[in-house]
Amino acid sequence: MRKILTAGLAAAVLVSAGGCTVERHWGGNTGSGGGGGKAKVGLVTKTDTNPYFVELRAAASAAAQANGADFSALAGQFDGDNDGQVRAIENLMQQGATTILITPSSSTGVLDAIDRARKAGVLVIALDTATEPAEAVDATFATDNFVAGQQQGAYVKAALGGAAPKLFMVDGTAGSTVDTQRHTGFLSGIGLADGAPEIKGSTPANGDQSTAQQGVENLLQRTTDINAVYTMNEPMGRGTYAALKARGLTGQVVMGSIDGGCEGVQNVRDGQYAATVMQFPKKMAEQGVLAAVEYAKSGKKPTGFNNTGSVVITDKPMPGVESQTTEWGLQNCWGDK
Amino acid sequence: MTTATATANSDRPTIGEFFLRAPAVGPALALVVAVLVFSFSTDTFLNLDNISLVVQQSLVIGTLALGQTLIILTAGIDLANAASMVLATLIMAKLLAGGVTGIFALLLGIVATVLVSGVVGTLVTKVKLPPFIVTLGALTMLTAAGRLFAGGEAVPVADGLLNWLGTRRYLFGGIEITYGMTLALVMYLVMWYALTRTAWGKHVYAVGNAPESARLSGIKVNRTVLSVYLVAGVIFGIAAWQALGRVPNADPNAYQLGNLDSITAVVLGGTSLFGGRGSVLGTMMGALIVAVLRSGLTQLGVDALYQDVATGALVIAAVAVDRFARRQR
Repeated sequence: MRKILTAGLAAAVLVSAGGCTVERHWGGNTGSGGGGGKAKVGLVTKTDTNPYFVELRAAASAAAQANGADFSALAGQFDGDNDGQVRAIENLMQQGATTILITPSSSTGVLDAIDRARKAGVLVIALDTATEPAEAVDATFATDNFVAGQQQGAYVKAALGGAAPKLFMVDGTAGSTVDTQRHTGFLSGIGLADGAPEIKGSTPANGDQSTAQQGVENLLQRTTDINAVYTMNEPMGRGTYAALKARGLTGQVVMGSIDGGCEGVQNVRDGQYAATVMQFPKKMAEQGVLAAVEYAKSGKKPTGFNNTGSVVITDKPMPGVESQTTEWGLQNCWGDK
Repeated sequence: MTTATATANSDRPTIGEFFLRAPAVGPALALVVAVLVFSFSTDTFLNLDNISLVVQQSLVIGTLALGQTLIILTAGIDLANAASMVLATLIMAKLLAGGVTGIFALLLGIVATVLVSGVVGTLVTKVKLPPFIVTLGALTMLTAAGRLFAGGEAVPVADGLLNWLGTRRYLFGGIEITYGMTLALVMYLVMWYALTRTAWGKHVYAVGNAPESARLSGIKVNRTVLSVYLVAGVIFGIAAWQALGRVPNADPNAYQLGNLDSITAVVLGGTSLFGGRGSVLGTMMGALIVAVLRSGLTQLGVDALYQDVATGALVIAAVAVDRFARRQR
């Protein structure tokens, strides 16, 4: 029996270890602090299955390789898995990371662990999502999500051509920082206040396509008299499109979204929604890795919020709203090509 | 550590009997093997800092699993324990933010988990509903209640008492321990004593093993099962305290897999899902095995998804061992 159990465990360990290292791994002992050394960059994403974070990880890995830095990537198990992210930070410190790049699951959840890492001399940079307070990390490389929302709002407003908005809002996870910033940014861009009568309905959809579809289907039971839709990301944009299409409403509605993945840009090209706002995870990852390399070399730390930019992608440009075409978008989706 | 089902009528027990009598031995061996494998395959696994980290990383799930063990010993299961714990962290955080002192916030959080478990236990014992269904419903309700209560937002918790279990101390030789580690150890020892050395413990095993026989021998089955849920409720409240020590932030989206992780620890610890057999010391090993695997495989550079594959395979192997041991009797 013991043999079965131990052999089973050993086999499981060996099988797992054998064929599946996704990232180059470092060995050696711990050594923290900057100055004259080789950068050991650890990346902690919210999950490791979302295409956005897969992209971020691939870009960071490539940048590390190009700059001669060691690289290791870890992630939480699901959005909101603070405990998993804390575990990841601890494990990276244990392995002697000189820099930790993190997309915090919650802007306040992992601050304690980040603080411990910084006190141990590790440079900590937030990617994609800022912490609260922002000074909890050394620097942030991210989309200014308020501005991205504002760009979407301004586009939708312009596309309505002076008509009063009759708006549905398809939000992400209630209370999440990114969700709040995009939501308020959009309202600022379109010129409405939260709770305004022009908002005919809103539904949280946790970033999920089918939840968004179901939510909008339900909203459409209440009223089909709408002309504008805000979606917080592209999967929810697709779900919303399906719900609108089933009611034959796609022609009369201006829908915008945010993300800028290749699939999302293709959705815009196909006319599923009017515009999307592209963000640049590749830039975030590259700038984070470069900062890590610089820190290992000279001990110089980056500071503050560094906006990696956002661009409206549409084939129906509107006066007063700066934008790029879907052709440009497909060549640059997520800054990748 | 022993069970009420052990047989002692042969001079030399079969392997199966040996494992039935000492269900924590298998998990302990598996743990030792895992530690040895990672100690030799990485140069970062075997040091005091990392061992301390592994234990800290297993604390919340290990505490949830302690309560889960009690319930599974009565042939029940709790799918709502992590959701109940998360709700308690939110209650503690919100009360604290509202100006209530840490001690009252903590106590009211624990009262909440006891109430939840009390209701579940009552539905199981008095209304005779299957624990799986009751806790499945409770899981959905508690998850929603947590999100409603917190308005979907995470609430930071900065309070000496509520964060106390995460406080680090350094013993001689620079060994890092937290109060949470000490508390978990004490809880496991107390529960081990209660289960193996008291009449209550023997009743718990008896009602899990053969409820009808237990009833005929004069054990108040319903009362015993209800007491298990109430004790588990207290433990889940303490798990909430452990969670705020580890991550000082109450998040309605946290620990979505905590219920399954706690079941994993229990099963890896050799406790039978059919009730009546198992031990809390085995569960401690089970929780540590998961944390050791995660830490070791991470340091080997293995993708987290493959770590899940390995953990899942181990769970199935552990149940197969349980089955095999029973057949050997």
